[in-house]
Parts: sequence; C-alpha cells; structure tokens
Amino acid sequence: MDTVYSRALGGKTGAAGLIVLCALLFLVFPLTLDNFRLNLMAKYLSYSFVAIGLVLCWGYGGILSLGQGLFWGFGGYCMAAFLKLEAARNIAREAGTDQIRALTTVGLPDFMDWNQITQLPYIWYPFRSFPITIIMVFLVPTLLAYIIGLAMFKRRVIGVYFALITQALCWLMEILFVTRQGWTGGINGITDLRTCLGWDIRTKSAMVTLYFVTCICVVGCVVLGRLILASKLGRLLIALRDGEDRVRFSGYSVANQKTFIFCVAAAISALGGALFVFNVGFMSPKLVSIEPSIYMVIFCAVGGRYSLVGAVYGAILVNYGKTYFSEQFPNLWYYFMGAVFILVTRFFPRGLAGIVEDIIPWVQRRIAARLVRGRVPAKRPAPVTRLAVEEPVSGS
Amino acid sequence: MYMLATSWADLKAILIMQGFAGFGLFGVFLLMALGLAIIFGQMRVINMAHGEFLTLGAYTTVWCSHFVDHHGPWMLPYYYPVAIVLAFFVAAIVGYFVEILLVKYLYLRPLDTLLATWGVSLIIQQALRSIFGAREDSATLPDWLMGSWSPTDAIDIPKNAVYLLGIALAMLLLVYILLYRSKWGLSVRATVQNREMAGAVGINTKWTDRMTFALGCGIAGIAGAAFTTIGSVSPQAGSLYIVDTFIVVVFGGAGSILGTVLSAFGIAQAQSILEFFLSGVLAKIFVLLGVIVILMFRPQGLIASKVRR
Amino acid sequence: MATALAIEGLTVSFDGFKAVDNFSLSVDEGELRVVIGPNGAGKTTLLDLICGKTRRTSGTIRFKDRDISRMSEENIVDHGVGRKFQTPSVYPKLTVFQNLEISFPKGRGVWGSLFFRHSPDVTARVKEVAAEVHLEQKLHTMAEHLSHGQKQWLEIGMVLIADPQLMLLDEPVAGMSARERQQTADLLQRICVGRSVVVIEHDMNFVKQIAHKVTVMHQGKLLAEGSMDEVQNNQKVIEVYLGH
Repeated sequence: MDTVYSRALGGKTGAAGLIVLCALLFLVFPLTLDNFRLNLMAKYLSYSFVAIGLVLCWGYGGILSLGQGLFWGFGGYCMAAFLKLEAARNIAREAGTDQIRALTTVGLPDFMDWNQITQLPYIWYPFRSFPITIIMVFLVPTLLAYIIGLAMFKRRVIGVYFALITQALCWLMEILFVTRQGWTGGINGITDLRTCLGWDIRTKSAMVTLYFVTCICVVGCVVLGRLILASKLGRLLIALRDGEDRVRFSGYSVANQKTFIFCVAAAISALGGALFVFNVGFMSPKLVSIEPSIYMVIFCAVGGRYSLVGAVYGAILVNYGKTYFSEQFPNLWYYFMGAVFILVTRFFPRGLAGIVEDIIPWVQRRIAARLVRGRVPAKRPAPVTRLAVEEPVSGS
Repeated sequence: MYMLATSWADLKAILIMQGFAGFGLFGVFLLMALGLAIIFGQMRVINMAHGEFLTLGAYTTVWCSHFVDHHGPWMLPYYYPVAIVLAFFVAAIVGYFVEILLVKYLYLRPLDTLLATWGVSLIIQQALRSIFGAREDSATLPDWLMGSWSPTDAIDIPKNAVYLLGIALAMLLLVYILLYRSKWGLSVRATVQNREMAGAVGINTKWTDRMTFALGCGIAGIAGAAFTTIGSVSPQAGSLYIVDTFIVVVFGGAGSILGTVLSAFGIAQAQSILEFFLSGVLAKIFVLLGVIVILMFRPQGLIASKVRR
Repeated sequence: MATALAIEGLTVSFDGFKAVDNFSLSVDEGELRVVIGPNGAGKTTLLDLICGKTRRTSGTIRFKDRDISRMSEENIVDHGVGRKFQTPSVYPKLTVFQNLEISFPKGRGVWGSLFFRHSPDVTARVKEVAAEVHLEQKLHTMAEHLSHGQKQWLEIGMVLIADPQLMLLDEPVAGMSARERQQTADLLQRICVGRSVVVIEHDMNFVKQIAHKVTVMHQGKLLAEGSMDEVQNNQKVIEVYLGH
C-alpha cells in the first residue's frame, strides 16, 4: 500500500514513534510544564529543526555540514529584522519617556541610531512586509545552500573537506555579522522585539500559542522528512551515501541530488531559526557561530542520525542537559559534553533511536517469555525489509 | 583604511616589517599545520583537538617558566629549549593515549572522528581550565628571545619572530628527514600508500599510526611552546587557530609536506599584508574566501597526492 | 552489421606511464567481445575510459557515431552505456528490488526521483529483470546478504534494467561456482541480442563459451584479435601468457 499516508507514517513502528512524539508535545508537556518551562521547551524545539535537517542530509545523504548555524541564523535574522522594524515603528506609541522618544528615529532600529545611521539600509527594505519576510526566511538560506552545494558537489568536494569548508563559512558569517554593526546589530544582535503584526509576543498567552505553533511545525517537518525519505530520492540518498560512483554510473547527477537535500536541510533549519526568534525574542551572532553549529550536529547524533523523531528528542535532551548542568555543575558540563561526543560516535552511532530499536525486540522477547512461562523464545532474525542502519562504512 | 606611504622606501620597509611580523604567525601556523598534515595525510583523520595540543604545549612552557621563577631564576636563560622538548613529549603522550583509547576505533569513519576529537578538545580545555584557571597566563621569556633587531633605521624586526621561524624550519627539516630518510618514515609512507600491502610485508600499521598521531600532536605541542613567545596563553588559545589550520592543510593538499608549507606561507603572508591595508577582520575574510574559491576550482589543494586510492 | 563502438588510437598516460597505448577497437551491434590480457594490461582502464571515469590523453571514442570521450559519466550512461564494476558495487543497505528500481532509467532528475511512483510497469520490469538474473526469489533480500555470485548477477541486472546499447562487464564471473558460470554464460548470450557487450574475463573456458571475438591487450597495446581459436594459437599471445 503506497499511499501518501503510509509513506508519511513510515509503517507501524514509524507511526507509533510519531504518535508518541505528538502526545508528548501536544499533551504531556503543556499539561505538566509551567509557562516558563514551556517556553524553554519551545526554544529547544527551535533547535530541533536543524537536527531534523541533518538527519536528511547527514544521516541519509552522508553530507556532514558543520555550519548549519549559518542557515538557522539567516532565517532567524530575517525574522528578527521584520520584528525589529515593527518595534521601531511602534516605539513612538509605546509608553516611555519623552527623552527616549527624542533620541530615537521613528522607524529605525536602535542599533542603527547608535551607529549613526540615519536612513534604513536598502538591504532592510524587504523586511518591512510580513509576507516578503516569510519568503526571505526560506529563500535566502536555500539560495545560499544552493550556491554552496552546487559549487562544492559539482567539484566533488565531499566528506571532511566539505565539513571543514562549511565550518569556515559559518565562521565567516559570524565575523561578517559582528562587524557590520550598523546593519545587523553587531555582537549584541537584534534584541528587544515586541510585537508581530500588532500581536504582542511577550505575553504569557502568546508564549503558549507560539509553543503550539512550533510543535505543529516540528511535526510537519518530521512528516515532510518521512515523505522525502520514502520516495525514490530517499533510497537514492542511501545509495549515494554507500556508493557514490555507482549512483553516478546509473545515470544520476549526484551533485544535483546532494544539493537538493542540502537545500532542504537549510530551509528546515531556517524555519527553526525564525521560530527561535519568536520564542526567545532575539537573535545574535554568538548563536550561529562554530560552536553552536557543532552542538546542532550533536543533537542529531544523540537522538539518532537516522531517525527524524529521534532528532527532536536529541535536541530536547541535550539542550535540557545544558540548561540544567550549566546551572548546577558548570565545570562538569564540558566534561559531560565531551563524553557525549565520544560516546555517540564510538559506542552509539545510531543514537538513542538505535538504543530504542535494539531494546524493543529484547523487551518483546522478555514479555513473551513471561507469558509462555519459562521458555525464552529463540531470537528472531531482524526483519529484512526494514531500512537497515549503517555499520562503519569506508567513506570520505 | 589606506595609509598613504610617504615614499617608496617607507612602503618597502613597512612591507618587510609586516612580512616579518607575519613570520611569527607563520611559524605557529606552520608547526600546527605540519602536525595536522602528518595526521591527516597519514590516517585521513581530522583531529579537532589539535588546537588543544597547542594549548597543552603552551601551558607546559608556562609551567616551566613558573617553576623557574620560583625555584631558580638563574635557569631563566636556559629553560626555554628544555621547555620545548617537554612540550613535545607532554603533547605526544596525551596524543598517544587519545589514539589508543579513541581514534583507532574510528579509522573508517572520518566524519565521526571529527566529532569525537571535538569531544576530546572539550575535555582537554575544561581540564586545563580546572588546573590553570580560566584567565590568561604567560611565560617569562629569557632576554635573548625578547626585543627586536634593527638592520636599518626604518626596519625593526622582532627577535621572537625570527626564533620562531627558526624553530619551525628546524622542525620542518627534522620531519622531512624522519619521513623520507628513516626506516620508520618509510613504513609510514608505505602504510599511507597501501595499507594492506604494508601490513602484509610485516609493517605494524597500528603501531605506525599510533606513533604518527603522537608525532603530529607533539609537533602541535612545540607550536604551543613557540606560541608563548608571541602571545599569552588561555585554555581557549589553541581553538582560535584550529579553523585556520584546517584550511591551511586542506588548501595545501592532504599528505603533502611541501604543499602544507606553501599553503601556510601563502595564507599567513596574504593575511599579514592585507591586514596592513584593511582591518584585521576584513583581511581574514578576504583570505578565507579566496582560499575557498580556489579550493572549488582545485579541490585537491595546491599539491595533490599522487596516490591512486 | 552496424558498428556500435569505435575506438581509435586511444591513449591515456598517468605521469608518463601509458596505461592504454594507441589502442583501437571496433565492436558491432549484437556482438559479444571479450577482452583478455595479463594483469596490468590496461583492460579496466579501457572500460574506465569508455564510461568516462578517466579522461583520455588522445584518441577518439565513438559510440553510436557520437564522440563520448568528453561527456560526463551520467551523460554517457544516458546515452546508452552501462557498466558493471570489477568488485560488485551494489547498494548493500537496500533490497534487491530497491537496487533494481533505483537503476531504472525513469525519474533520474531530482524532482523525478522525488515524485517517482511505483507504477505497475516499473514493478513488472524489475521482476522481469530479476528473473533474468536468477534473483526472482530474492527480491526482498538485503543486497549485503547475497552471495558473491548473486551480487554479480544483481549488478548485471542493475545495468540491464536501464536497457543500454553497450554493456561493459568487468569480470562478471569472478568468484562464481561452475554452475553459476554456466548460468551467466547463458545469460550473457541472451542479453547480447540487440546490443553490444564488452566483457573482461580471465576464465578461458568461460571466454570460449561466450565470445564472438576476442581482443588481447598487453601493456596497454593491442596484441591480437580474432576468434578464440585464432587467438589461442597466436604465437605472441602464448609468449605473453606463458612467460614474461
């Protein structure tokens, strides 16, 4: 049965995983967490988009990008630009002293004032309109990914080389954004965002609404990822990852396939960045530099680089760990993180999803043994039609 | 920010000074890149913790300097060469253990090695932070390393830059002799070119890999010792250089010592000279972009390895 | 009979070493040509040159009267050339069915593969090819679980399903049992109807069974050409094979 539904749900286990995730996101968390923590959860979920994108382009496509922060950040900055312009326009109407009103130019973000910029730079013009901003959020990162991807993949730059170049590009972006203070708010980023189309995004009820919007987008991206993976393109990606030459000799333009999935990952990341800005209220270059970009890879690795649903859990868990550990045991945090990096590559390459996949048959056998009273059934051979997961493969 | 040189002689003097100032940076770059190139060329392993080995070497030197300060200031003029040797061994030994415990399991998965060694770098950084504190520290340098040398009135060449370059070139020569003139170097090159065959003729490829990794890390340690002459040390000192080092190695062509040297020289010089005309940050951006664009046209780097894999 | 593949004066040199030296070859439509020669003779390099994996230094390669020596690999495949590699390169983490399906020539572009549907004719063709290569019972087996011989067949099937006019097979029976070799010989004789097949092989019995014509390569050059009998009685060939 090859309907859209079955592909999106991903079979029995896939559907179960998706249902559990939805239950957690839409029922358990809203009912058990207070507003503050719900908002934190929304922040974690904003990061999970990058992890979802990485499952597609890294787990299945074999393309490791250490610079996903670049796309996430661009999406965020685009949205922040719009929200900042709106805040600047409304500043005159906000309650505040006359002194403040005298110092600021209506319609111009404050950091431009501080940098003696008196007119809105042309680059900011598109962000005066909400629909265009939405388009830019997706267009700019995707275009960037397209250029980078095509340039690299057509020249057969792959593996570690590609990863290092994405890292360098991400670093470049951070430098650019920090130095163009007048345009981007410099090292502080774009802050003090207040309303979106008149709706105050800082109120408690707004935060809850935004949480649910984020959840819907997360699930949407997971389903989109499933659809892509279930298509012929998905199988091609696996084939590509394992044998690029062979795919080329089957008549496929490998560069195009890779660029496509890289662009998809970029677009999904950009969405995450934009949602982050809504949920947290600012965007800064520190969030998009090398270190956060590597963390985003770890979200994906911890959750399971072959599991879209796992990526979401990975993002939540690692971020939660970071918040908790950094408060309680700040010194231990780096040791712990280092250990996570090592564990996830050396011992658990399939991440938590892999552990779950291994545990479920074990649990099933134990339960069956209990029921049959005393006879442990022989280990059932793994179902052969399942998309099997990667063993160490020579790749570079 | 363009400065109008008042005369051609002035400009020449400035360029030479910038060039030599660049030599100091070049020396550190070269040593880092050398170590990384050896590891990457030999084992296709990207060691994200390479910067931390620099920091280890630097802290070893700083520790030596403090030891000298407290226990025998008479040792001041002599301790530095000892510190270099010590830095090498400390870094090499740590590298040895990293290889045994982690890297050797990940040879067929270079992308995973990248992530795993990043984890190692976090751990080493935090360990250094716990031991030495998060603030910057520096080594007391002997007199013969400080100051500058003025061949003419207009030119002022910093001494440490010259010594740094000297150390770097000496290491380069040493590595060259080791790799191309010794039995061990032969087994290293054999393993790089045809691992199976090398194993089949009795070369202990695992041991070769281990030693190579340790050597690469040791050289980074020396870079750290050298680094103390041009800057102060903090737990993050090495990580500032790491992206540059990778770019240098990738640009030079993996597995080619000559390529690494050319690449390190080219990039460091380009950056230094551009820094004079543009702001430091813009210079870096342009150099980086230039390198990436060149890499797109020539992905194998400056000097491609002629190995048919 | 029309000439399908025409190679003239083909040379490729790596740093001065000529892997293929002034080599010429002409294969007709419907012909099964076997290329033999000692190791290092340049046979695999010849296939690399034809399918675009390596660029020639000089000479021409014409297929169906078009110069393919400067086309990219995927364009050459599009043009009707299919290649089986020396070591079986199937996709280990996909099933036999999926391996064949991916090799199906429809839906090669990004959007094409995204929206590619399991239409009944694709499924039918996959099953048809699977039956040809004796793998119809193993359609849902993961390719990595196949035996070596079965992997070879799968790869032949993956080349076949694209319906190429020229098939390049590099050591198709290496590692196969005697019975499997017989089956492969029958298979090759079936599939060379309506297309040209160039095979590299070392098993002389197998070559005798399938070859219409044999070409002998040595040190990158053409040593001898003719029917299997002619070649086996050729003095130069005997020298090369029996002693250096």
